[in-house]
Amino acid sequence: MSRIARRFQALRAEGRGALIPYVEACDPDFETSLALLKAMPEAGADLIEIGMPFSDPSADGPVIQAAALRGLAAGATLAKLFDMVRAFRTDDQETPLILMGYLNPVESYGYERFCADASAAGVDGLIIVDMPPEESGPLERFTKPAGLDMIRLIAPTTTDERLKTVLNHASGFVYYVSITGITGTRSASTEDLRAALPRLRAATDLPVVIGFGIRSPEQARNASRIADGAVVASALLATLAKTLDADNRKTDTTVSSVLSQLRDLATAVRAA
Amino acid sequence: MTDKTGINSLRHGPDASGHFGGKFGGRFVAETLMPLLTDLEAAWTHAKTDPAFRRELDFYLRDYVGRPSPLWLARRMTEELGGAKIYLKREELNHTGSHKLNNVIGQILLARRMGRTRIVAETGAGQHGVATATVCALFGMKCVIYMGATDVSRQAPNVFRMKLLGAEVIPVTAGAGTLKDAMNEAMRDWVANIADTYFLVGTVAGPHPYPEMVRDFQSVIGDEVRTQMQTAEGRLPDIIVAAIGGGSNAMGIFHPFLDDASVRLIGVEAAGCGLDSGRTAASIQRGRPGVLHGNRTYLLQDENGQIDEAHSISAGLDYPGIGPEHSWLADIGRAEYVGATDQEALDAFTFCTRTEGIIPALESAHAIAYARKIAPELSPDTLLVVNISGRGDKDINTVAEHLGVKL
Repeated sequence: MSRIARRFQALRAEGRGALIPYVEACDPDFETSLALLKAMPEAGADLIEIGMPFSDPSADGPVIQAAALRGLAAGATLAKLFDMVRAFRTDDQETPLILMGYLNPVESYGYERFCADASAAGVDGLIIVDMPPEESGPLERFTKPAGLDMIRLIAPTTTDERLKTVLNHASGFVYYVSITGITGTRSASTEDLRAALPRLRAATDLPVVIGFGIRSPEQARNASRIADGAVVASALLATLAKTLDADNRKTDTTVSSVLSQLRDLATAVRAA
Repeated sequence: MTDKTGINSLRHGPDASGHFGGKFGGRFVAETLMPLLTDLEAAWTHAKTDPAFRRELDFYLRDYVGRPSPLWLARRMTEELGGAKIYLKREELNHTGSHKLNNVIGQILLARRMGRTRIVAETGAGQHGVATATVCALFGMKCVIYMGATDVSRQAPNVFRMKLLGAEVIPVTAGAGTLKDAMNEAMRDWVANIADTYFLVGTVAGPHPYPEMVRDFQSVIGDEVRTQMQTAEGRLPDIIVAAIGGGSNAMGIFHPFLDDASVRLIGVEAAGCGLDSGRTAASIQRGRPGVLHGNRTYLLQDENGQIDEAHSISAGLDYPGIGPEHSWLADIGRAEYVGATDQEALDAFTFCTRTEGIIPALESAHAIAYARKIAPELSPDTLLVVNISGRGDKDINTVAEHLGVKL
């Protein structure tokens, strides 16, 4: 059983959903993002998404765009990201790590080499935002042998017919994009989320997590109860950004502020 | 929208999944947008074979755009260069001053058929933005134009035009504030406003079906050249030269000739400060295939797959990618792709103005620059067509600055 499947099974036994924070590689620098990554499980992360910085993140809002640019300015590359993952895995063999980003840097690295290196470093799954199932054949040839889950986004606009196609190419879990929009902007109402879930549940046995627009502990708790998990990205990155100095360098409060917010989110998700 | 005949025709593309030659193009977007693209494709597939749509389009092309545009024999330019016989396709005479209106008039008719009421578009030089704002005024639709902040300042007259036409112009400060950043922002707007919004792409790039659709709307250029050259010379042209940013004016004039092997097709990319200066917009000559803005195509990018900033004196060519059909035509060798530098374009700008009394857009000046380079070596019975994709009034400030003139 994969790390992702094991983690969701354990959470089911605990009777709660997952909290999935997001960290952008090398934002604001390699050491700080690694320190955050390493401390996140203890602060309440059940799975972690690591952003692969891209120059043109066209599905992301201003907060993740800025984080990606800080990461690139600090020299983020996929090779460095794999270094981060390896360093994390020296202490933590259990927390699933998901890479999220855009196709071009992956294509540039080479699909086969990317999957092999990601898997060897200790990555568990991939979310490639701009690669729909129709275009994913060439990459999927290598994700499966490497044991990497292909996590698919499902949107409110996804039709029932399309849902089948997308799910045929999904493994690990399914990521429900709760709004039609970009990351970190508006939020879906609890009613909308409740209404959306039965359709997904009927179509798949995979765990379903909700992302886009989840900011507060209350929203995270609701989403993690309606579904099997909640992703919080922009809210954490906004906190991180606020702690940086005028030159976008970390300060003494950078790591502690993000972790403190994560703890608040975790407390809400774990509350009975 | 011409007939495509012959099994081995190069004009059948793209395939059902939007790929040219099985490699370029496609549909690389977030899941939220996929169903919208499927809807758009269905609407387009229906419209392109609907005689009522064709009639409506023809009406607007004739009475609003002002088509057909003339094919002008450039006598003094021909004499001065002393070689090939040069014809200029006068797309700058279209309403709003460029070829852009051919495409936007087609797409807005489609948007209306689809019941959309709000139009978003990206623009570089502002030509596509002005064209889009114009048809939005014509049909009373809400119009939002994303334009890089750098371009907003170097194309101030076009920004003012768009505002006069009732459009909201949103400057994009991300990245270098040019066309690629405007494209990102327009895509973000679309994904957040899908219920009423139509994304009106200005070039032969983006996710399927945009490259095919924009090409078909722009192919009126090449279709007319074919007829006009037959009338003027009783045969096909020998060489067609067009400037390339995203590549819509070039694709429009090339496409009807793809199956005519005798016709050399030459796309002129912006070489900026020189092809090897590191400051160019020459995606085919200095880029490699990758995925950006919904399609796989040649891109200027670094060794890690991060997209480079393009550079050109011409805001309309300042884009690190190119339409996927051009990438395919380059790979199979059907079209040639060359470069003209900022300086060569400036020289061609004044040359065309002085010899023909036609002030070309700086974009089009790149095509003239290359024609100027090859024409003297060619025999007088060589028929060379240059696509004058737009007029240069919008570039007067930029040119004056480079000539050291204060306006």
